[in-house]
Amino acid sequence: MYNITGYYEADTLAEATALLAEKPKLELIAGGTDVLIKMHGKAEDTELFSLRKIKSLEIIRKAEDGTIVIGAMATFARVFKDPIIREMIPILTEAAISMGGPQIRNIATIGGNVCSGATSGDSASSLFALNARLKILNSLGERLVPIQEFYLGPGKVALKPGDILTEIRISPEDYQGFGGHYIKFAMREAMDIATLGVAVTCKLQGNIFDEIRIGLGVAGPTPLRCLEAEEFAKGKDISVETVAEIGKLAVRSTKARTSWRASKEYREHLVEELVQRGLKIALVNAGGAELV
Amino acid sequence: MFKRIAFSVNGKAFNIEVDIRESLLELLRNHLGYTGAKKGCGVGECGACSVLIDGVPTDSCIYLAVWADGKEITTIEGVASKSGELSAVQKAYVEEGAVQCGFCTPGLVLTTTALAESGKEFTREELKRELSGHLCRCTGYQSILKAAEKSLEGHICTCVDSPHYKGK
Repeated sequence: MYNITGYYEADTLAEATALLAEKPKLELIAGGTDVLIKMHGKAEDTELFSLRKIKSLEIIRKAEDGTIVIGAMATFARVFKDPIIREMIPILTEAAISMGGPQIRNIATIGGNVCSGATSGDSASSLFALNARLKILNSLGERLVPIQEFYLGPGKVALKPGDILTEIRISPEDYQGFGGHYIKFAMREAMDIATLGVAVTCKLQGNIFDEIRIGLGVAGPTPLRCLEAEEFAKGKDISVETVAEIGKLAVRSTKARTSWRASKEYREHLVEELVQRGLKIALVNAGGAELV
Repeated sequence: MFKRIAFSVNGKAFNIEVDIRESLLELLRNHLGYTGAKKGCGVGECGACSVLIDGVPTDSCIYLAVWADGKEITTIEGVASKSGELSAVQKAYVEEGAVQCGFCTPGLVLTTTALAESGKEFTREELKRELSGHLCRCTGYQSILKAAEKSLEGHICTCVDSPHYKGK
């Protein structure tokens, strides 16, 4: 029995924003796999507002300008199976299948994963590497927030009372021509929380790195990008030495801490090593030759 | 606070008032008598509470009862035929000795049933992944995997070490 004192639903986004404007204290619930678990042993009363009936929020599509639009209520199972995502941004397909177990993926949503604000969120590192932008709607209008500005701290995101995350958008300039790879490092291969999440994408020009992007989860209080390493890589020869230097520089952007899952030192070691491994696979996926 | 919902369990229709605070697991076990769904961890990690909702394996402990409105639920009680004959999946679990204490079995049989009914083919690795949301503390995974493979017999398996491998 959950400590729920009220339960509301809406069939459309217009109804949802109107109700939220009237009752801004309602707690939004999507798949419930985080929200309900946090309610165990929670003393204060909670009034839930479910978005589950708003079917328009489950759609994944490619807009005319090439932007990939992922409805916030798309489940991880749906993201994993989606042919557009698999073809255009496979690092998100890889991230989706790494999350939880099948029964969780059947119900947990990508929007809920982002809004829970966890640095270990399985979609986070890929969405950071893809420069995802989040469409947020309230009764006054809508706005687009870059994902890097959305994560404020552990469990804290830039949602104000009355706000609903409706879409995750990825622009063509953030995926076209890129190859990528995602690595979830955890103690088990299923049903585990990441010790480190690493998403690497890169674009090549002949034998040089045109651009690389590194998104990390659990390397700091929020997911993050390794800007120093990314800057260094621009225009450098694709070589084992360059990749090794990128791995070293990536550590400088991290703020890892010691937790019961892993020590700070171990996490930093993982960052250096896994960024290199991820990049070596990403560059093959971007059409480059295998580095040996 | 109560909310009226209409749904079915194993083909039987219900139209009842449910407490908004309850999980589907609590509704099934405490009010409707479907005690085949088990409460293990209560946080969606062990899979003992799994049921099929419109054919999709779901942890019923973290699924609100009110969400069952309009859904078709299948519990382990609905897997065998009305006359009591075990389903092909249940028979495979028995034949492979994939049941020890039995606590994880209802969930595993339901997930395997969904896989069998999907008509898709699964490699051994994919099967492991599909069953990974069920914890067995008797450490019987090998027999469970064999039972699942047996349930899906007829599919073309590409794993060389699988008993069903028939070559290319």
